[in-house]
Amino acid sequence: MSSANELARAESLGIEGVVRPVLTAPHPVLAEPGELVDPTDPEIVRLAADLFATMRVSPGCVGLAAAQVGVGVRLFVVDVTGHPKSNTVHGAYALANAEIVEASRWRPGREGCMSVPDLTGDVKRAGRIVVVGESPGTGAKITLTTDAFEARALQHEIDHCAGRLFLDRVSGAHALYQRKVYL
Amino acid sequence: MSELAVTVLGHDRPGIVADVTGVLATLGANLTDSTMTRLRGHFAMTLICAGELSAAEVEDALRPLTADGRLTVGVRDVGADEESPAAGVPHLVHVHGADRLGIVAAVTRVLAEAGGNVTDLSTRLVGPLYVLVAEVELAKDSTEEVAARLAEVSESLGVEVTLRRAEADLL
Repeated sequence: MSSANELARAESLGIEGVVRPVLTAPHPVLAEPGELVDPTDPEIVRLAADLFATMRVSPGCVGLAAAQVGVGVRLFVVDVTGHPKSNTVHGAYALANAEIVEASRWRPGREGCMSVPDLTGDVKRAGRIVVVGESPGTGAKITLTTDAFEARALQHEIDHCAGRLFLDRVSGAHALYQRKVYL
Repeated sequence: MSELAVTVLGHDRPGIVADVTGVLATLGANLTDSTMTRLRGHFAMTLICAGELSAAEVEDALRPLTADGRLTVGVRDVGADEESPAAGVPHLVHVHGADRLGIVAAVTRVLAEAGGNVTDLSTRLVGPLYVLVAEVELAKDSTEEVAARLAEVSESLGVEVTLRRAEADLL
C-alpha cells in the first residue's frame, strides 16, 4: 500500500529552491533530534525546495536531510532514481515527520554521507520498510512501502531527523573505511 | 610448539607483508592470527605464528628488513594458548565528535570499570572529526548501567556515544 501520488515533488512545491551549504560532522545540529514540523508551514515548504535544489547540484547525492543544512527539523528529500542497487523507486520526493512502522529483510551495505565526506561504513539496514510521513505543501498523509536501496536511503535520512549518523550504526571495529589517505 | 608475537611497524611500501610472511614461511613458522593496517599512512602489522622456533631465531631472520631503518620488527614468545577471560555479551560502542584529548581513555575506562573486555577497536581522525568503533564483551545484564555511565561521559566530552548489543537489529 502506498499513497505515492500524493508525494511532494520539487515541481509541486511552487518555489524555486536555493542551494545551501552542507554541514559536516562534528557539527552539533547533526547530533540533535529534529523537531516535528507543520508540513504546510511556508518555511518548511521553502526548506524542502532548498533541499531539492541542494541535492540536485551534489553529485551522487541520493538524499538530504534538513539537519545537513543546519535546520533541526524532521524533513528530508530522497531520490534514488537510476541507482543500480535500487528496486522500487518513487522518484524524487520530500517527506516530513517520517517514521518507520515496519522493517524486515536486514542486510549489510556500504554507506557514505555528504556530512561525513571522508568515511564510509558497513551498516545493516532493513531491505523492506513501510514508512509513514507527511507531504510538505499539502500536508497529505503518506504511507510508503519500499525496498532495496530506496529503503536504505530512507532509513539513513530518518536517522538524520533523529540526530543520528551512519557512524552510530557501523557494524564493527573494521567496518569503517577512509575515502582519502591522510599522510 | 611455541607461539610468537611478531610486530612490524614503520614506513609503508609495497611488499612488506610478502617479505615478512616469506621469511616466516621459510622458517616453518605457521601464521595463525594476523592483522595489518595503515595507521595514518604508517604500516602496522601484528601477528601470531606457531612453530618449533625461538623468538631470537625469528628476529634474526627478519633483521635484514630493518636494515634501511624504515621498519622496526619485534618478536616475543607469548607461550601457548592462554585461557582467555570468560566471554561476555558482545556489544558495539560508537563514538563520534570533535577531536579532543582523552576520548578513548574516558570511554574505555567506563567499559573497564564495568568489567567489560574490549575485543576489537579502531579509531579514525579525519579533519576535525574523531570516530571510534569498539567491540566489547559486557557482563550479562550490565548494558543499561554501562549505557548510563557512557551517557554521562559523552556529555562531559561533548561527543556522541551509543552502545548496543552486537546482534541487535532494532532501529
